[in-house]
Amino acid sequence: MHAPSSPNSQARRIGSWTLIATAVAVAAVSFGYVGGWLAPHRLTPEKLVDQLQDNAGTFAGYRRNHAKGVCVTGYFDSNGHAQAYSEAQVFAPGRTPVVGRFAIPGGNPYAPDSSVPIRSMALRFTQANGQQWRTGMNSMPVFPVATPQAFYEQLQAQQPDPATGKPDPAKLAAFFAAHPETAAFRAWAKTAKPSASFATESYWSLNAFVFVDAQGKRQPVRWRMVADTADAGDGAGKAGDANYLAADLSQRLTQGPLRWHLQVTLANPGDPTNDATKTWPDDRRTIDAGTLVLDATTPQESGACRDINYDPLVLPAGITASDDPLLPARSAAYADSYLRRTSEEAHLPGTAAPQPEKQP
Amino acid sequence: MTSNTGTFTLPARVLHWLMAILIVAMLFIGVGMVASVSERHEWLLAIHKPLGIAILLLAIVRLAVRLRHPPPPLPADLPALQKLAALASHWLLYFLMLAMPLIGWAMLSAGGYPVMLGASLRLPPIFPTNAVAFAVLRQLHGWFAMLLFLTFLAHMGAALYHGLIRRDGVLQSMLRGAKKLPPVEPVDPS
Repeated sequence: MHAPSSPNSQARRIGSWTLIATAVAVAAVSFGYVGGWLAPHRLTPEKLVDQLQDNAGTFAGYRRNHAKGVCVTGYFDSNGHAQAYSEAQVFAPGRTPVVGRFAIPGGNPYAPDSSVPIRSMALRFTQANGQQWRTGMNSMPVFPVATPQAFYEQLQAQQPDPATGKPDPAKLAAFFAAHPETAAFRAWAKTAKPSASFATESYWSLNAFVFVDAQGKRQPVRWRMVADTADAGDGAGKAGDANYLAADLSQRLTQGPLRWHLQVTLANPGDPTNDATKTWPDDRRTIDAGTLVLDATTPQESGACRDINYDPLVLPAGITASDDPLLPARSAAYADSYLRRTSEEAHLPGTAAPQPEKQP
Repeated sequence: MTSNTGTFTLPARVLHWLMAILIVAMLFIGVGMVASVSERHEWLLAIHKPLGIAILLLAIVRLAVRLRHPPPPLPADLPALQKLAALASHWLLYFLMLAMPLIGWAMLSAGGYPVMLGASLRLPPIFPTNAVAFAVLRQLHGWFAMLLFLTFLAHMGAALYHGLIRRDGVLQSMLRGAKKLPPVEPVDPS
């Protein structure tokens, strides 16, 4: 149909090739932009996790944050009180098995327990219908920042100066000056002391979530696990021991299970659900949804919690995410951290080699 | 060079264009969600899983249609190397459109995640919980996605090459039905 080499058809041919090249290039460039390779300024999960590694070092096979911890198992004994607000099976009266993990923040799995005043509790509830509820909670009532971008900037400000091995105080001061929303957390941190036990701490969800009842009615909530245990323990072996938390936990568990109460706070209309730096007023209605009973602990290198990503957006029907911008960022960054550490476990090419296990 | 040797059947054409939209959208959703920390991460992930299962089901139907109705032959004068490339890339596309959803499903199973297609619809696991298998499958899912995108680019480029440069009816065979080929005359003297 085409007569070769007339000037007209030559021009048409060049036009056709240009069109083909343009179509392919537009598709490729759009893909590169959406995938972030051509959008270097976008905050990605990879950048957040890289920054965590820059701050603490890379410890192959371990979580990139809250790297030091222990596994626990037990169950949640629901009393049915939260059923009026959430159709999740976990809130029907009865027991739901739990695999959990206590940890301290930071990316170093060998950090001394006294290095931070914060402890964390992560739980995975496995419902009889196969749906799961995963939650990661911290022993403080507010989070320092409200957005992923601010969290990234905080990590950058906390990056140790290679000269001193410590964060640059000027950078930290500049960060806090630029982020007045950190005031509530800083006020808490001023008085907080590293506790001698995981058992005596209470753990806050920090982020808001939404309970959904069987009729589809939505109720914004926050929750916390409130410790039944009050005695601080004898502090045995604490002096000079960098790993007293794990020892305290297994010592306590030899004497019986440890208990927490799941307290669910119901937001009033207008309470902010997108700002983890702000608590809700004290008079908000709180319901006791049941008792968490933990009865066994194992080291994280061999325990059931090792291969669990405590992604706070793995939720059963009856609990959904709120509009808190930290939630999708946690979910995305945890997934990246999980892929890194499992790839290291699998010895995949290009991953860091796992270090031999250090004995305390 | 109107070596028109036939067209794809209507079901094949409908499935092709529907899946073209879904698969290209899926590739953009996939790379977009893993590169985002915003609320986009969540809603893209919520689309990604059920859409992947939809693509898997459509790919099975399409494979059946393909085996039942073989595609029109390529032009006789197409160089052997291009014929080979066409054949290989088409079977690679079939392989990837079936493998990608299965790998995604197996990868979530191996990671111990509940495979949720919505707020309460859960698929059973198709792989035992194993962190090492998760890592391998998850990496494979990413690399195969890149391979699928590159194959799509080549496929699109080749289709335009057939349609604009060679003008040999290959692109037409996926665009139009058979009615155009021997124009049907209302009165046929024979």
